[in-house]
Amino acid sequence: MAKIKGIELIKDGKRLDGRKPFETREVEMKVGIIPNANGSAMVRFGKTTAIAAVYGPRLLLPKHLQEMDKAIIQCRYNMAPFSTDERIKPGTSRRELEISKVVRLALEPVLFLENYPKTTIDVYVEIIQADGSTRVTSVNAASLALADAGIPMKDLVVALSGGKINGQLILDLNGIEDNNSEADVPMAFMPNKKHITLLQMDGELKHEEISKLINEMFKAGEIIYKKQIEALKNRYSE
Amino acid sequence: MRANYILKLLEKDERLDGRKLDQFRPIAVEKGVIERAEGSARVKIGKTDIIAGVKMEIETPFPDTPNEGTLKTNIEFAPIAHPDFSPGPPSEDATEIARVVDRGIRESNSIDLEKLCLVEGEKVWGVFIDLHVINHDGNLIDASSLASVAALMNTKIPKYEDNKIIRTEFVGKLPVLHTPINVVVSKILDKYIVDADKEEEEVVDAWLSVATREDGYVCAMQKGGSKALSLKDIDYMIDLSSKKSKELRKHL
Amino acid sequence: MKEKETGVREIAYPGQVLGDKKEFLPGVGTYEEDGKIISKFLGILTKSGNYVSVVPLSGVYIPKPGEHVIGIVTAVEKVGWVVDINSPWESFLSLSEAVDEFIDVKRVMLNRYYDEGDIIYAQIASAKRGDVQLSMRGPSCKKLKDGVLVKITPTKVPRLIGKEGSMINLIKEKTGTMIRVGQNGVVWISGEKVDKAIVAIKKIDEKSHIYGLTEEITKLLSD
Repeated sequence: MAKIKGIELIKDGKRLDGRKPFETREVEMKVGIIPNANGSAMVRFGKTTAIAAVYGPRLLLPKHLQEMDKAIIQCRYNMAPFSTDERIKPGTSRRELEISKVVRLALEPVLFLENYPKTTIDVYVEIIQADGSTRVTSVNAASLALADAGIPMKDLVVALSGGKINGQLILDLNGIEDNNSEADVPMAFMPNKKHITLLQMDGELKHEEISKLINEMFKAGEIIYKKQIEALKNRYSE
Repeated sequence: MRANYILKLLEKDERLDGRKLDQFRPIAVEKGVIERAEGSARVKIGKTDIIAGVKMEIETPFPDTPNEGTLKTNIEFAPIAHPDFSPGPPSEDATEIARVVDRGIRESNSIDLEKLCLVEGEKVWGVFIDLHVINHDGNLIDASSLASVAALMNTKIPKYEDNKIIRTEFVGKLPVLHTPINVVVSKILDKYIVDADKEEEEVVDAWLSVATREDGYVCAMQKGGSKALSLKDIDYMIDLSSKKSKELRKHL
Repeated sequence: MKEKETGVREIAYPGQVLGDKKEFLPGVGTYEEDGKIISKFLGILTKSGNYVSVVPLSGVYIPKPGEHVIGIVTAVEKVGWVVDINSPWESFLSLSEAVDEFIDVKRVMLNRYYDEGDIIYAQIASAKRGDVQLSMRGPSCKKLKDGVLVKITPTKVPRLIGKEGSMINLIKEKTGTMIRVGQNGVVWISGEKVDKAIVAIKKIDEKSHIYGLTEEITKLLSD
C-alpha cells in the first residue's frame, strides 16, 4: 500500500531536521528519576520522551494469576493527553494495548524471573511527548528502569527504529517521517549476542533492504548501548 | 509506619524532615517542558513531581455561554508515580483534585474565556489542562494548582484557518487575567501545617484548600479529611493559606 | 601498605562481561555463558580471591532461612500472625513458633501475645516458593517497643552494619541510641538522638557506593 506521497522528506542526502540518513537524533537518558518506584528512567530521542517506572517484584493478586515458580511481567504503555498535537482522550486505545504487549515481549527474554514466585514486576511507561519512535524509546527506558530496580538481567535491551523515506533507508524516524514513510521497522535487541527481541515492520521493503536496515540498527545501537551504560553509571556518580 | 513518631514530633512543633509547621519543601517550577503542547509546566515540591500540559482544541460552546471558550481540567494518577496507583479510570481522589484545581481557575476568572470565541454559538477554543503525576509524595493539590497556572501563563493560541488548527503558528498568548493559587492547610491534633508530605497526609485529621487570587480574593475552597473544623480553625487556615499563596506565586 | 581509595567504587551493569572462566570463578550476582562470567545486576563489582561478584545497588528482600528480619504484624489469625517483612511475600508466624506454653486457641485471643501493628524482631524459619514462615525461638527474637522504623535498600544492610559491626556501633555510640537492623532493610531505632541516627542511616543507604563512607559518617555525626 502506498503511503502519502509528495512530501519531500530528504533532500541532498539531508533529512528535514538536517540529519544524515543513518544518524539518530540527540539522545538523553537519566536513571532514578522517580523516588517512589523500585526503578525508573527517562529516555529522550529528539522530542520523543518516555518515562518508565518499575514496581516490584511484588505479590501478584488475584491469586489465580500467580505463577508458582516465577514472576510475571506486566507492562503498560500510555501516552499523556498532551503528548501529541491533538489531545489524546484518557483511556487505553488498541494501539496502546498492542504496544504494551510488544514492549513486554522485548524485555522478557533478558529477565531472570525464577527467584520471585507468585509476584509481578510491573513496568509502566508514560510517553510525555511523542515525535515518532515512541515504542523503541519506551523499551530503552524500561531496560534502564529494570536495571535500576535491581532485577537480575542477562543483558540490557537496546532499541531503535529504522525505515525508508523517499526511497532512502534511514534510522530513528521522527513523527513526520513516521507518518509519511514507505516503511518503518522498530527493533530491540540484546547487545551482547545481538539477539533480537522486538521486530515489527509496516510498509514496503525488499528482503535485502530489511537486512541492510537491521545491520545499520545494530551499528547505531552500539551508541545507544553506550548511552545506557553511561546513564546507569551516572546514577551512582558522586 | 511512623505515624506515632510524626505525632510526637508535632507536639514539639517539629516535623520529620526538620521543616517548620508553615514551611514548604523546596519548590521548582519549569515552564515550557512539553514543546508539542500549547502550554506546559513541571512543578516539583520536594519529591512530589507533576507535569501540566495545556492543549487547545476546537469545541462547541455550552448553550448558556455561547460566546465563551471552555475549560477542562483532568488529572492522571499515572501508575509510575506511586505503588498504590494502578492503571484504570480516575479514582475518587483524582477526580476531587481535578475539580478543586478546576474551580480555582474557573471561579477566579483566571482565563478571559470571551476572548476564546471563534463563531458565537458554534466554535470556541477549548482549554484542556491535563495533569500527569510523575512522583507522588503528598500535596498534589498545591502542586497541581501551581503547575496548571504556570502552564496557562505559558500557553499560546495556535492559528485557526480553513477549519484547521495550525499548530506551528500562533496568534497570541492565552489571555490570563488572574493567578489563583491553591494552598492546602492541614490540621493534625491541634496543629496546622502546610505542604503535608505523603507520610504526614496519612495522619491528617482535616484539611482546607483555599484558592487565593493575587488581589487577595478567595475564590474557591474545599474542606477534606474525616474530622470537623471550627470557625476558629477556618479563620486561621484561610489566613495561613492566603499568606503562603503569595510565596508560591513568586515561583510563577 | 595499600593506598587509600577514594571516589566511587567500580559499578557493574547487567550483561557486562566481567572475566573469563579460565581466570575467575563466578560469585554472587553473576552468571556464566560460553565460558564468560557476566553480571546480572547494576551493582558494586567486588573481587575476592578468584571470585568475581556483583552486589546489587537496589532490589527487594528475598527471605533466606536463618536470617533475622524486622516485621510488622498486619493480621491476627486463629493459629498465628501475618507479618509484613518488607518483601514481596507476606510471612506467617505460627503459634508454635511464637509461644512455648500450651494455648487453647478456642479460649485465648492471640492478640494478647502479638497484636496488629506490633513490631517484631524475628527469624526466617523457612522460605519456599513464596511461602515464608517466621520463628520467635531464637534468643534475640523479641517484640520491639517505642521505637521508630526506617527502611533502607535490603542489599545495603551489610554496609550499614559495617565490618564486625563497626558502622552501626559508630552510629549507636554517637547518637545514644539502640538500633536493630533486619536483613530485610527495616531498621528500628530508639533512644536519644533518633533524628540524627536516621540522617546517618539514610546517608549510608544513598552513598553505599563511595569509598570513605565511614569517615563521612563520622564527620556527619560529629557536627
